Order: sequence, then C-alpha cells, then structure tokens
Amino acid sequence: MASLKDLRDRIGSVKATQKITSAMKMVAAAKLRRAQEQAEAARPYAERMERMLASLGTSVRGTPGAPPLLAGTGNDQRHLIILATADRGLCGGFNTNLVRRARALIIELQAAGQDVQLLCVGRKGRDSIRRDYGSLIGETIEGIGRKAVVFEEADGIAARVREMFDAGEFDVCTLIYAKFKSAISNEIQAQQLIPAPIPEASDDADDLGGAVYEYEPSEEEILVDLLPRNISVQIYRALLENAASEHGARMAAMDNATRNAGERIKGLTLTYNRTRQAMITNELIEIISGAEAL
Amino acid sequence: MADGKVEFELVSPERLLASQSVDMVVVPGGDGDFGVLAGHAPLLSTVRAGVITVYEAKVITDRIFVAGGFAEVTRERCTVLAEVAMPVSDIDTAKAEQDLREARDDAAGAATDSDRDAATRRADIAQAKLDAVRRAAVH
Repeated sequence: MASLKDLRDRIGSVKATQKITSAMKMVAAAKLRRAQEQAEAARPYAERMERMLASLGTSVRGTPGAPPLLAGTGNDQRHLIILATADRGLCGGFNTNLVRRARALIIELQAAGQDVQLLCVGRKGRDSIRRDYGSLIGETIEGIGRKAVVFEEADGIAARVREMFDAGEFDVCTLIYAKFKSAISNEIQAQQLIPAPIPEASDDADDLGGAVYEYEPSEEEILVDLLPRNISVQIYRALLENAASEHGARMAAMDNATRNAGERIKGLTLTYNRTRQAMITNELIEIISGAEAL
Repeated sequence: MADGKVEFELVSPERLLASQSVDMVVVPGGDGDFGVLAGHAPLLSTVRAGVITVYEAKVITDRIFVAGGFAEVTRERCTVLAEVAMPVSDIDTAKAEQDLREARDDAAGAATDSDRDAATRRADIAQAKLDAVRRAAVH
C-alpha cells in the first residue's frame, strides 16, 4: 500500500494539473468568443462574393472561354489537398478528426489511381500525417492565427495555391477544415476550391425586377478578377471557422480534464483518509496490547 | 427604406465597414467612375484603386479610398467589396510617396512578368492614393 506521503504528493500533483486545465479552459473560452465574433464579422463579405459568383458563374459556365479556375484544366488526375489543422494540441479530437478525414480522402483518391499532394496548414496535422504520407507533403505553413487570423495570411496561402495551379502542378484542389457549429461540436468539411463550384443563384437576390445584371467591363474580365480573390476569401473563411472550432474543442477537452481531475482528487483523498485512519487504529492496537502485556 | 435613397454597403473580408442609406455614391469602376442613385440598373463591376464618394443632399459626406475590388448594384442597393479601404483623410502622403517610389523601383528591376505586374499594381495603388489626397485638397 502506498505510504501517506506518496498519496499526499499525488493529490498535490493532480491539483496542480487541475489548475492548469481549468486555466486553459478559461483562456480557450475567451479566445473562442473572439474567434466567433471574427468569423461572424467576415460573413457578409463571403456571402456577397458568393452571390456575385453565383450570378456570374451560371452565365459563363459552359462557354469555351471560361477561366480554368472555374472550368478546371479539363483533367482531374492530380489533386492538391489543403489540410488545415491547429498548431497546438490539447484540443480533444480536433486535429485527429481532421487528419482522419484527410487520410480517408487520400486513400480514396489513390485507389482511383490519382496523384495526391498535400499542403499542410498547421503543425499538428503535418506531424501526424507525416508518418503515413510524408512523401506527399509539399509544404507546411505554420503560425497562422497565433493571435487572430488575418486576411493577409489567408491571402498568402491562396497566392501560393494559385501559383502552383498556374504552374500546372495540380488539377483539383480540396480544402479540409472544421466548420464551427457550436462550442462543443464542429463538422469536418472537404470543400472543393478549384475548379470553383458555382453556388446556386438564390431567388431572393434583391428584387432585380426580372432584370439581369449588366457587367462592366465584361463577365469574363470580372471573373478573372473575382475567382482568385474568391480563393483567398474561402481560405480565410475556412481558417476562421477552424480557429473557432479549435478553441471550442479545446474548451470542451479542458472542461472534461478539469472534471476528471476533480474526481481523481476525491478518490485519492478518500484513500488517503482511510490509510491514515488505518494507521491510527494500528498504533492504538499496538499501544493497548503493549499495556496489556505488562 | 426612404424614397430616393440607396443603401450603400462597404465590406472588407474582415468586417462590414459601412452600411448606410445615402443619396448617391460615386464608385471608381474598372471602366470609369459611375454614380449610383436609387433605381440604378443592376450592375456588376470591377473597382479600380480610387475614391468612393458618398453624397448626402448634394454635399460630399464621405470619401473612402479603396484599393480595388468589386461593386454590385441593384435597384436599391450598392455593395462594394474591397480588400483595403480607408477614409481619404487617413492616407499618409509621405508613406504613399515612398511606396510609389519603391514600387516603381521594383517594377523596373523585376525579373519576371508576374513580379513586374505585382509591382506595377502596387505603384498604381500608391499613385491612386496620392491622387485621392490631392483631389480632396482641391475640393
């Protein structure tokens, strides 16, 4: 049986852990709130861009001169998967789930005989996928959103992706990220970036009175401008969703850890008290039998 | 919505910068400036680096510099998507001049076409900033 001192030490160490986890939970909650606000603030831009793309895309799609970012390269042999994860762990199954999804997609694509490349955003995703698919990782981008995600960071990633696309390094690009649903749940999304999927044109588009848009300079020229920016915006949105999901997952994980530590402390304290009582009883018995022997 | 007013929205990727009901907005379109009044025909246009002017009762109430983007106009709404936007009064002239010089140097010394294009674009933006300040001073 563990000695009293051992038990005391263990209780102390669990208490220290509990303090850390509850502090981390608090920090995650604060960060979650900020990330959520940011994600909400970014929504109008993405929504309006989607609306424009919807009305432009439906009218241009299928025409022979459509830009490759929209129409594709006419090939789908080579895939680029952008895997967006967190730089840090201790957030429950967040990173694992993202990596699992990426792995499933890689297996599926490779089974279909297609080439896969990986672009990892976030260190944790790279670390765990490196074991199986290290040779596919082309590049890793770290340190995104250390404080808060800024648009320039997303734009930088998008610029890199466009560069690779222009150089003909891949045909199809898919982005894997976790869509924020609530503080305790998120949904892994695999979103196709290139060729750009055209969202359905909504009917409520600000009553146009049956009129169609005029385009200035022309549909094609606007699209050529709009499509690259759309990639930046989609990546930006994904990073924001990811950040919010990460903090949510961390908060939930740390809440669990704090509760578990509490239960552990309760159990250990009980054992400690029992052991102490047993020792006292033992000593009393020794004293009494010693006195009787006289 | 009040009659004769147009809803003006300025949106950056980070947030909604402005949303107000105004009499007229003049947007620097890719093919030239255009003014938007209520009941404008639906229009999608690119926006070049320049100044958006907001009119309220025939008086300019706001001048906002944008470094390019897109505009969507419907009968009652004018939405401008811009990645960089700031009030003209916030432009730092010295910085813009320095940017312009650097960008021109970069453009002259650029090794590849895409580098040169990027530098030229930066120079255009800086030039547009300076123009904006100059024009605001005249008015």
